[in-house]
Amino acid sequence: MPVLCSSCAEKRAVLKRPKTAHSLCKECFFWAFEEEVHQTIVSAQLFKHGETVGIGASGGKDSTVLAHVMKVLNERYNYGLKLLLLSVDEGITGYRDDSLETVKRNQQQYELPLKIVSYEELYGWTMDAIVKQVGLKNNCTFCGVFRRQALDRGAMMLKVDKICTGHNADDVAETVLMNVLRGDIARLRRCTAISTASEGEGVVPRCKPLKYAYEKEIVLYAYFKKLDYFSTECIYSPNAYRGHARTFLKDLEAVRPSAIMDVIHSGENLSVREGVKMPVQGTCGRCGYISSQALCKSCVLLEGLNRGLPRLGIGKHHRLHEKILSQQPLTQEEERKLKAVDF
Amino acid sequence: MCQVDEEYNGQLEHRVTPRVSKKCVKCKENTAVLIIRAGDAFCRGCFKEYFIHKFRAMLGKNRVIFPGEKVLLAVSGGPASSSMLSQVQEGLSRDAPKKLRFVPGIIYIDEGGASGQSMEERERAVAQLESVFRATNYHYHIVHLEQVLSLPSSVLEAGSSATEKPQTGSSYKAAVDQFIQTKKNQHPDFSVENAQSHLSSLSMQKVENGVTSPITPEHTQALQRLFASVRTLTAKEDLLYTLRQHLILHTARTQGYTKVMMGDSCSRLAIKLLSNISLGRGASLATDTGFSDPRYGDVVIVRPMRDYSSKEIAYYNRMFDIPSVFIPGLDTKAQDKASIQHLTESFVTKLQTDFPSTVKAFLLTLKNTKRKMPRVPVHLCERALGMLQGCMRIADVARAINCKTPKIALHGDRTDS
Repeated sequence: MPVLCSSCAEKRAVLKRPKTAHSLCKECFFWAFEEEVHQTIVSAQLFKHGETVGIGASGGKDSTVLAHVMKVLNERYNYGLKLLLLSVDEGITGYRDDSLETVKRNQQQYELPLKIVSYEELYGWTMDAIVKQVGLKNNCTFCGVFRRQALDRGAMMLKVDKICTGHNADDVAETVLMNVLRGDIARLRRCTAISTASEGEGVVPRCKPLKYAYEKEIVLYAYFKKLDYFSTECIYSPNAYRGHARTFLKDLEAVRPSAIMDVIHSGENLSVREGVKMPVQGTCGRCGYISSQALCKSCVLLEGLNRGLPRLGIGKHHRLHEKILSQQPLTQEEERKLKAVDF
Repeated sequence: MCQVDEEYNGQLEHRVTPRVSKKCVKCKENTAVLIIRAGDAFCRGCFKEYFIHKFRAMLGKNRVIFPGEKVLLAVSGGPASSSMLSQVQEGLSRDAPKKLRFVPGIIYIDEGGASGQSMEERERAVAQLESVFRATNYHYHIVHLEQVLSLPSSVLEAGSSATEKPQTGSSYKAAVDQFIQTKKNQHPDFSVENAQSHLSSLSMQKVENGVTSPITPEHTQALQRLFASVRTLTAKEDLLYTLRQHLILHTARTQGYTKVMMGDSCSRLAIKLLSNISLGRGASLATDTGFSDPRYGDVVIVRPMRDYSSKEIAYYNRMFDIPSVFIPGLDTKAQDKASIQHLTESFVTKLQTDFPSTVKAFLLTLKNTKRKMPRVPVHLCERALGMLQGCMRIADVARAINCKTPKIALHGDRTDS
């Protein structure tokens, strides 16, 4: 006896939803998925009518689905938004150059304007060159910090009001777990926010419309809608600390599927004791970007790379900020500590 | 290169391996017998001192135990709570410098009914533990889990706290004075000296101990039916924990204990923290795993073994012959993925071997969180329901969409955290 869709009870069910274990037919699943994203956007009041919104597009499944759903919802519910695609080229051969081809195809399929910014033109360094200097262990820090600034710079070039990224529920849950494991209170507080603060010059607020969508459901959606996306992992990712949190989260999901939402819920409800020192937002002394220290992280990292001291950005280095700002040379002892670790 | 008689000895490098046969880092005289933390070698005497000192420092720093107070020690028979029992004995013994001053009692909860043990096994375990408890000469209670089914529902209410929580260091003294005053009003002949002499006289006479009323097979079956109705192991463990807490609380209230000491070690607490996050209980993190848990009002739960790792406890128990009894629980010999708690345990222990500072790092996170004030405290499971935030709303939406109800009109404003 075929299982009928539990929503419309007319057609045969073709899948079981990972989030709720309901059996649904294709159309009902699409409608459920899109409707949930719509409710997320409406209840958090993410967008205003007439805004220009940049979609962070990497060519992967999350950003492809995001672009598709945003386009569909924009038309269906008359958000009145002007959408465009924004892509970042980190310079990782065998990974990024292939995914960029996918983004260019997306641009034609969804008829949205596209802008690509690259690390090479912004900073003068590609990720491959960085990994050669830094080694295989701490390079995700470089990539992440540079990408954030690259997205902001690209958004300012296009005069965008908001950026939206394809972070899904699994990503947010992993970040909560990772921050708990590392004892990072400051980030723990901010990481579950659905959109970042929007005051200040040179800062484009960013939001995560897919925050409550499971990764498995995104894959199912992309598969059934036959969307075109690029599905290989970054070649440097197996060595990241995030991998531990990710394995744990996947095991949790196998035991109890609602665990992902539970972790996000816990993260949202954590409150911090008074008297704990929190970072204050200021501006970088060199480039004027927002920063909680004297120099923003990407200036510190770049300085380290340019001087051949790749460990400058890793670990504690607040005392060296003034020295770097005033162009003083570092002492012999400091230089020795900051050189790359030999494997 | 690959010849038979090739001599390689000259070219191989000799790495210096850390060895135990070096000097103790504290007294620098005796040879070390063990290494704890990241390479600190201790000799026997210094380790004992370190261990005992940590316990005292924990109680002294937090200053929640008043002199003359009745404190209930929750002992499960496992290594951590047995160690706690021996520390309390040590601290209360006559020849200890600056000895602790409170009146202890012991409670052991027999959970064999829930984990499916036979009556003979349970009686054997109870007998073993009774001999340990008798050696301490403290008042002890042995309670069977089946009794939780006949508790009055008043156990679910949070009692009013008898004394004000001390705000600063100086008002600890004020709190102690107030406590003694309250006690005097209740029992006119109460005094700290009286309490102490009562304690010493306990060692003279035979203590009549509370082994509560024997249970019948019907009780055990009722309990087993309760547990069988819960489908997942995760939920069973959770239920067991809640029932245990209620039973301890009830005993404490009826017997007049105002504090309960639990033997959770640092590793155990880290696992509890992570499982609570995975179960969605972030709001009550600070009280579930912090040093003191004041949610019940009149009875405060403290966790003095909080800074000890399982490794330290295991070494101490072995070196100084602390008796402990192993009693199989719900998740003994279960697979890794059988329940969330079990999965978390294997994850944390594995991570600890690769990154030794993991447990310390996330207990630090814990220290910096505080309890979120609930809008509507839920008494049954002492969890704050929390405000209706994004997650829960979306869960409702998912359910509604699936059941084809007309679209819910959700308010545009979000309740602020």
